This record gives sequence, C-alpha cells and structure tokens, in this order.
Amino acid sequence: MWLKQWLAKRKPAKRITRPPVAVTGWLQTNTFHHSQFADLRTLVAEKEKQHLTISLCIPALNEEKTIGKEITVFKSELMSRYPLVDEIAVIDSGSTDKTCEVAQTFGADAYSAADILPETGDRKGKGENLWKAIYQLKGDIIIYVDADINNIHARFSYGLLAPLLLKPEVKYVKAFYDRPLTVSKGVRISGGGRVTEILVRPLFSLFFPELTAIIQPLSGEYAARREVLESIPFPIGYGVETAHLIDIYQRWGLRAFAQTDLDQRIHRNQSTQALGKMSFGILQTFLSRAQALDLIGEIPERSQVLRQFQVRDNTYEQVDSLLKEMERPPMLEIPAYRRKFKRH
Amino acid sequence: MQDIVLANLVAIGEVPAPYQHEEGRVRMMLERFSECGLQSCSTDATGNGMAILPGTEGTDNILLFSNVDTLADEHAEPSLAFRKDEIVGPFIGDNSMALAAMASLPILLERLQIRLKANIIVMGAVRMLGHGNLEGLSGFLNNSGLPIRYGLSLEGVQLGRLNYACLGQLLCDITVRLPEDYNWVQFGATGAIISMNDIISRINKIPLPRRPLTTIVFGMIRGGVSYRNIARETVLSFEVRSESAELLSQVAQQIEDITEDVAAHSGVTVKFDIFARRAPGGLDISHPFVKQSRAIHTALGLQSQLYSTTFALTSLIEKKIPALVLGLTTGTRRDNLPEIEEAVAIEPMWIGLAQLAGVLLAIDGGFCDVA
Repeated sequence: MWLKQWLAKRKPAKRITRPPVAVTGWLQTNTFHHSQFADLRTLVAEKEKQHLTISLCIPALNEEKTIGKEITVFKSELMSRYPLVDEIAVIDSGSTDKTCEVAQTFGADAYSAADILPETGDRKGKGENLWKAIYQLKGDIIIYVDADINNIHARFSYGLLAPLLLKPEVKYVKAFYDRPLTVSKGVRISGGGRVTEILVRPLFSLFFPELTAIIQPLSGEYAARREVLESIPFPIGYGVETAHLIDIYQRWGLRAFAQTDLDQRIHRNQSTQALGKMSFGILQTFLSRAQALDLIGEIPERSQVLRQFQVRDNTYEQVDSLLKEMERPPMLEIPAYRRKFKRH
Repeated sequence: MQDIVLANLVAIGEVPAPYQHEEGRVRMMLERFSECGLQSCSTDATGNGMAILPGTEGTDNILLFSNVDTLADEHAEPSLAFRKDEIVGPFIGDNSMALAAMASLPILLERLQIRLKANIIVMGAVRMLGHGNLEGLSGFLNNSGLPIRYGLSLEGVQLGRLNYACLGQLLCDITVRLPEDYNWVQFGATGAIISMNDIISRINKIPLPRRPLTTIVFGMIRGGVSYRNIARETVLSFEVRSESAELLSQVAQQIEDITEDVAAHSGVTVKFDIFARRAPGGLDISHPFVKQSRAIHTALGLQSQLYSTTFALTSLIEKKIPALVLGLTTGTRRDNLPEIEEAVAIEPMWIGLAQLAGVLLAIDGGFCDVA
C-alpha cells in the first residue's frame, strides 16, 4: 500500500512539468566510455574539491572464487594508488562458502546483511543488500559492483563514479557492456542481455519510451548519490534495477541519468530457468509501478507463483517457485537511518 | 603493498602471452610499469618491454628481467582465481609473478625508503622459451649498448632458489617423415612412429655419466592424424643437459649417428635439428654475489637452494656479466592440459620481495664486487 501512495505522490506533477528530453541528445551528452575517465588524478582532485566521500559496495552471495581478486584490484587502484574510494564493503546475504573470510583477507569490510538494521528483519535478495548498504556505508556516493566479474578492472568503479563527479545534474549512472557470457572454454557475444531485449526493452518502449535510451537497464553495476538512494524504495529481488530506473525517472527525469560503456564484462552464464525467474520478478515490480502510476487499469490479483517445466524420466513435471517481489521503503522512512545521518 | 603487487599480477597475468604473440602482455606490462613510477617505458627492436628506475648516481646499471612468453595455447584466455592463501592461474609462477614484482618495485623501494645509486633496468623479455631460444635477452644485450653491471633473473617460484650457474644445453628436434616415394611393400608399411620409436630407444641407451652430470630430457612428441592412419610424420622435441661442453658435443654426435643409421635402414627421412646450443658456465660458488645473496637468505630465514639452472643466465654469462636467478614465492604446478595451472602462495611473497630489495642493496653498496 505504501508503495502505491509513494508513487502516486510523484506521478502527475512531475510528468507534466518536466520538459521532454530528446533521447538522441541525451545519448550524446550523457553516454560515456570509461576511457574518458582514465586520468584518475583528475577524479581525485574533483572529489576533494567537492568534499565527497565515496563508498564501494559489493553485494555478495557465495562468491569466494571472484571476490578476492575484485577487492584487490579496487583497493590497489582506487585506494592505495589513487585515494578515490574511502571504503570497500561486502554486504553478504548469508554465504555458505568463505566469501566474507576471503573479502576480509584481501582488505574489505565485510558485513552480513542480517546484522544491519536487525529491527527491520532479514530478507534474502540482492536488493536487500543494496538497501541495507545505504545505512551501513558512509559515502555521499555509493558505487554498486557485482561480485561475479571475472575480468575485473578499476574501470568498473571509476567509470561509473566519474559522471557523478564531473556533472552535478547527474544522479545515477548505469553501466553497459559488450557482454560475453562464459560458456565452457570460450566466450560468445550476446546482445544487450536476454531479459533486457525480450522483456524490459519492450515494456519501456510501451510505457517509458525515454528509458529505452538506457542501453543495459539491468546491468548490476551502477553508482548514485546518497540523496537519491535514500529516497527511493528497493525491491529486494530481481526488480530492483527496473524499479530504480522508473522511480528516478518519475522524479528527476532522464537528465538525472548517465551511462558508461565499460567494455567487456565476463561473468557466469545463467540458465533459461533462472532468467525466467528474473523476468517474473521484474514483471511484478513493473506492473506494481504501472498500476500505481495509472499507466494501466486495475488488474486482477496476481499470482506470485512462477510455473516452469522440466522433464524427468521422459515425463513432464511442473516446477513451482514462489517469487514474492517484496519492497523495502525509502531509507529516509527508517528512524535509525534518520538518526545516523541526521535527516530531520 | 599486497594489493598493489596482486593487482599488477592480475593486470599482467590475465593477458595471454603465447610464444610469438606476447605484444598484448608487453603493452599491459609497460602500462603497469608507467603507472607504478618507472621511467622511459618502451619496447626495443626485439619486442621486449623495458623501463628504468633511475638511480641517484646512475653510473651503473642493474638488469632485472623475466620472460614474458608462456607455453599457453594461442587462444587461451588466462584467468586468475584468488583463494585465501594463494593465487591460481595458468603460468602464474612462470612467470607472471616475476613481472608483477618488477612492476611493483618502485613502490616497494619507495615504501622501504630505499634510494639506489645504480639504475635498475627492468625488462619483460619476449621469445625466451623453446624455439625462442632466449632471443629477447640476447637481443637486448647485443643491441641496447647499455653496460650491465649485474643481472638478476626473477622467477615466480621457488622462493630460496639461488641459481648461480647454468648447465650446458642442446635443444633438439628430430623429425621422421615418410618420403613421397616411400615403398610401403618393401618396408612393411610401419610408418614414421616405429622409426621414431627405434631412435628413442637407441638414444635412451647412450651411456651418460653422473659426473660431469649429463641428462637427456624427452619433453614432447607429436605425430599422426588418427588411430587408423599410418603416421606420415612424427616429431620428437628433447633437451640434452650437461655440465661439460665436451660431453654435449659427444652426445650430439652420437644422436646424429643414430638418426643417420635409422634413416639408412628404414627408408624414412630423418632430420636432426639442434636449434639452440648453450654452453655451461656461471659464477663460482665463492663469488661475493653468491655469498651475499646466501647471507640475505639466511637473514630472512631461508635455506638457499643452490643448483645449476638450465635457463636465462646463459646470455649474461657469455657477456661476462655476473648474474643470479632468484625465486619470489612458493608454489605448485599442475599439468592440466591444455593449460598448465599454477598456484603461488601469497604470504611468502613478502619475504621474496624483501630478498630482492636486499640483493639490490648489496649490489648497490658494492658488497657483491670481487675485491
């Protein structure tokens, strides 16, 4: 209910008063390549001039194989050599492997999401980690980078941070890639991501045409100003990226976004079944917002069970997955957060 | 410091560098050299990547080098995995670890507040392995015009090694090929493999002395196209090692006799190619360079492993440049074809780097010079 009220507060006035932005113009002014920001000294100077603190958050679940390398590269390049980032933190969803131990060994702070704001409960999902990071981390800007990147490089952070340092009007920066997926012994080139091209881009084309300018709306790497992150709700599961785009767009328009080409990102491939679950979560988030914004009429109560099929011993069997796309309210609504960050 | 060394290891070690395709890794290495404060980063005519850490006086030059090339498949995409205590990846011990240490050297010395009088020239040498035959190092020594006072060959593993001398080496290929007019009826249609087998058996029977130590290492064999076709060609790659140049020549002559005899009796074509000859030599164990390095090992709690190596020092020895091989950390290798996966331990790296700093200080202070 709170989500509907929260969204309703923002729908008509913002949409009417905001002048439309030409997507092509936005693409020219707000789309970057990481190589434009390779001079890290400039970024450090800009950060110091603006008296900003920067946090790097790595949400993780059973990522012991890649987390150490990722932390080492970020710490070396963005803390030891160029003091661009003030803290690197892993927010863990309850890994059963040595993710936290490895993260600490290589110099990151590691927190269990369950231990952050325990009074709000413990829910499982990447969005939960991202949301709790807003409370736990101190940065004026938070960079979120997934933990499963095999070809890690400092550009995955500074490429996202730079537009926020250099363009005051930008509030949220998304990554996009030439994304090869690791398959057996080689790599193959995919398009913009299967769920993006089959689900999200068609939905945005129908309801939020300007948002189609975001080349990879589901990319797991982005950076944002605290003032934005603390004021938007967070779906705890697959819908978090989609929700961010819609909510920020509704409030600040396309001008608040930028995107950076980070070249290749090599990561694990996901099965079609896993992508089905992701799509189901995203669709729930999208429909909630479309309904609250009166973009679609009332629709019947929706099932939260995804039904997929598998074959076992030559017989088909249905696999049911309960996927309830719950949302966390804007962090500003949490008293402990307001106290900690002196928001009145 | 740990994060800087390991980040350099990732940056350099994840760029493929198969023999004759080392340009990408050299480019990345130079980028890291430059980022970490080394000067005059450039490539030479051979393709080596090099840079200079200028000394306060700059009258002497110390060469620090390691091979860039690996035995990896041309299409391999090396990826390193970080575990709690070790880093795992293809050819990380041979020799990405050494390249990463070289790139990190300026920051290491700065943090230790060490300013050397001598220039340090760091070099990632290309085309060193196999048929490369130390081409990168030889090319640098023959063409750079820089007088080198001391040479240090860095190896990722094993910490404690102290190679002060080189065995003599012959790197050889024997190719057995069926001639176009091969008479299948007369010779029983046995193909190239049987003849090669005969050659290997006879080489294996060559008596080799324990002193001077002489060995033959059969490294690689290839031939044929499938299990049902008689092989038309087979190639054996092997190495003869000896402490004696004279014995090397004798063994080479015996192998040549064997190949000619097999060719004459079987009707196949046999080509015996010695593509690299390296003379034995090196420093005397009593040389101050060796003694000082052993003392540094002892001070760091390491037991020096003194033995003759088969690699790297040859070119320096020929130029009368005192040179040693040092290892940087402990590690293991698993031959997991098609890639050789290696692991290097993290913790011992710091002793390895302290050892390097100590040896550089000893050279710079004149403690390694012969009185």
